[in-house]
Amino acid sequence: MGKALGLAFESETVADIAAKPVRRPGLHRSRGARLLLGLAGFIVSVLITFLGLLSITFFIGRVVPIDPVLAVVGDRAPRAVYEAARLQMGLDQPAPIQFIRYVGSVLSGDLGTSVSTGKLVLDDLKRVFPATLEMATLGIIIGVLLGVPMGVYAASRRGSLVDQVIRVIGLLGYAVPAFWLGLVGLAVFYARLKWVAGPGRLDIFYDGLVDPVTGIVLIDSLLAGETEIFVNALWHLVLPASVLGFFSLAYIARMTRSFMLDQLSQEYVTTARVKGVSERLVIWRHAFRPILVPLITVIGLSYAGLLEGSVMIETIFSWPGIGNYLTVALLNADMSAVLGATLVIGAVFIGINKISDVLYRVLDPRAR
Amino acid sequence: MANVHSWLIDDSPASRLQARLGRLYRICGALSRNPLAAVGAIIILVLILTAIFAPLIATHDPLKQDLAQRLLPPGSGNWMGTDELGRDIWSRVVYGARITLVIVVLVAVLAAPAGLIIGAISGYFGGWIDRVLMGVTDIFLSMPKLILALALVAALGPGIENAIIAIAITSWPGYARIARAETLTFKNAEFIAAIRLQGASSLRVILGHVLPLCTSSMIVRVTLDMAGIILTAAGLGFIGLGAQPPLPEWGAMIARGRSFILDQWWVATMPGFAIIIVSLGFCFLGDGLRDVLDPKSGEQR
Repeated sequence: MGKALGLAFESETVADIAAKPVRRPGLHRSRGARLLLGLAGFIVSVLITFLGLLSITFFIGRVVPIDPVLAVVGDRAPRAVYEAARLQMGLDQPAPIQFIRYVGSVLSGDLGTSVSTGKLVLDDLKRVFPATLEMATLGIIIGVLLGVPMGVYAASRRGSLVDQVIRVIGLLGYAVPAFWLGLVGLAVFYARLKWVAGPGRLDIFYDGLVDPVTGIVLIDSLLAGETEIFVNALWHLVLPASVLGFFSLAYIARMTRSFMLDQLSQEYVTTARVKGVSERLVIWRHAFRPILVPLITVIGLSYAGLLEGSVMIETIFSWPGIGNYLTVALLNADMSAVLGATLVIGAVFIGINKISDVLYRVLDPRAR
Repeated sequence: MANVHSWLIDDSPASRLQARLGRLYRICGALSRNPLAAVGAIIILVLILTAIFAPLIATHDPLKQDLAQRLLPPGSGNWMGTDELGRDIWSRVVYGARITLVIVVLVAVLAAPAGLIIGAISGYFGGWIDRVLMGVTDIFLSMPKLILALALVAALGPGIENAIIAIAITSWPGYARIARAETLTFKNAEFIAAIRLQGASSLRVILGHVLPLCTSSMIVRVTLDMAGIILTAAGLGFIGLGAQPPLPEWGAMIARGRSFILDQWWVATMPGFAIIIVSLGFCFLGDGLRDVLDPKSGEQR
C-alpha cells in the first residue's frame, strides 16, 4: 500500500503478511457461495469505510469548531437569529441524531450551500470536477508511459549510472513540493522558453465557446469539431499535467524497479538465461509479465494520489478544478464547501483504492 | 582509542549501558559505510545545527524590513537576495530551519507514541479490541492525508499549532499498523509468557516488554515519513493555513514569492531548495536506517 505524492513507504512488511490469519476455505461451501460471501464482505468493508469518511467530515464540521452556529451567522448576530439558526441546524439534538440526519442529507445529495459562490455545493462540485479529472488523467498517462519503462530499465541495469539517476528521480518524488515545482515550471517553460501556455484552462478569447457536454475541454472541443480550441486546451494542460505526472512517474518507476528486481532474482529467470533466452525476452516476457498485476494496484494508488495532489497544482495554475475550489473555500472559511469537496475527493480516493484492491484479487491467480 | 573500540564491540557486554552504546556504535558504523545514508545523516545534522545556531549563521535579522533593499538579486550582501519587504532571504531560510525542526519533532512526538500504543494494545489483546481499533485505523489510512489535514486546519483555524495537530492526526495510523504487526510476531514468544507467569500485568508487559521491541521499526518509519510531514506542513503554509506571517516558514515564503516568480525568481525558489534538501536528507537516512535496523523488510530493492 502506498500513496503517490505523499508517503509511499507503506510497503507491507514481512511481519505484516505473516501476521495475517490463514484463511481456511469452507470445505463444504461451493465456489459460487464463497464468491458471494467474499463479495458481501467486500461491500460491507466499502460501506464501513464510507461511513468512516462521513463521520470524519461530520466531526470536522460539527465538533471541532468551537461554535458552528457562530461560523454561520457571524459573531454580531442578535440572540434570536442565533437561536433560530441553532434550531435550523438541528444542534439542539443529541450528537447521534445529528449524525444520522447528516448522513441522510448527504445521501440525498444535500451538501449545503457555499457561502462564497452562493450556489449549492453539489452543483459547484459537478461543475469543477471534470477539470480535475482531465488533468489527473493526463498526469497518470504521462506517469505510466515514462515510469514503467524507466523502472524496468533501471532494474535491468542495476547499479549503473542510469539506475542511480532513476533512483534519485524516484526519491525526488517524495522530496519536491508540488506547488514549488509548478511555480518553477511556469517560470521556465512559460515565461522564459514560451513552450507552453500560462495559467488557466484556455486562452480568454476561447473561453465559453464550446458547450460543456462532458466538462472535459479536450473531449468537448473534439465533439464540437473545434481543433483550434483542442490545441489551445492541450497547450494549457501540458505543463500542469506534466508536473503532476512527475510525481506519479517517480512513484511508479520506484515500484516497478523494485518489483522487477524481485523477479530478476528468481530462479526461473536464471533458468531462462541459462537456456539461452535473449535478455530482452527474459526481461519483457519472463520478468515483466508477473509484475503486471501488482503494477495495476500501484497505478491505481498513484491515480488516487494525483486527485489529491491536484489541490496544490490547481492553485498554482489557476485551474478551475476541485482543488482550486477547495483552496478558495478554505481561505473564505466556507465550511460546507470545504467539507463537500473533502467528501467527494475522499470518496473518489477510497473508491479507486478499493477498485484496485479488487482488480488485484481478481487478476492474481494466487489471491483468488 | 583502540580500547574504546574493543569495549564497544565486546560480544558479552558487562552492563546495559555498554550493550546500548555498542549497538549505537555498530549502527553508526553501518550507516557510515552506506554513502547515501551518510549524506542523509549529515544533512539532518546540519539542519539541527542550523536551527540551534541560527542567530550566528544568519547575516541579517530575519524580520527586519528595509524597503530600500527590496527584491535585490542574490549577491555578496544578500547571498540569496531579498524579498518584497527587503528582508534577507538567506537569514529567513536559516531561521526557517527552526520552524521545520519544531514541526517534524512535534508531529513525531504526538503521532508515533499514539500509533505505537494503539497498535500494541490491538495486537496484544486481539479479539474485539483488535477489530475495533484496526477498523478505525484502516478508515484513517484510506483517507487522503493532505485533504484531511486541510479540512482539519480549516475547522481548527489557521496557525502553526493547528497545522501540527492536523498533521499528527493524519499520520498516526501508519504507526499503529506497524506496531500491531510487530507485536503479533512476538506476542506468543516464550519471554512474554515468562513475564506473564511472574504475574506481570498487561500494562507492564506492553510498556516494558512489547513497546521497546517495536521501537526500531518505528524509528525507521518515522524517519521515512519526515519528508511527507515537511511537504504537508509547507503545503499548509503555502496555502496560508500553516505558519502565519511574519514567521519565516519555508512554504509561506514560497507563497510570498509567487507573485514575483517571473522576474525575481529567487524569492520563491530559494526556500524550495531548502525543503528539497532536507526532505531528501530524511529519505536517504530513512532508507539507510531501514537497511541497518530492519533488514527483513526487504532491501533487495
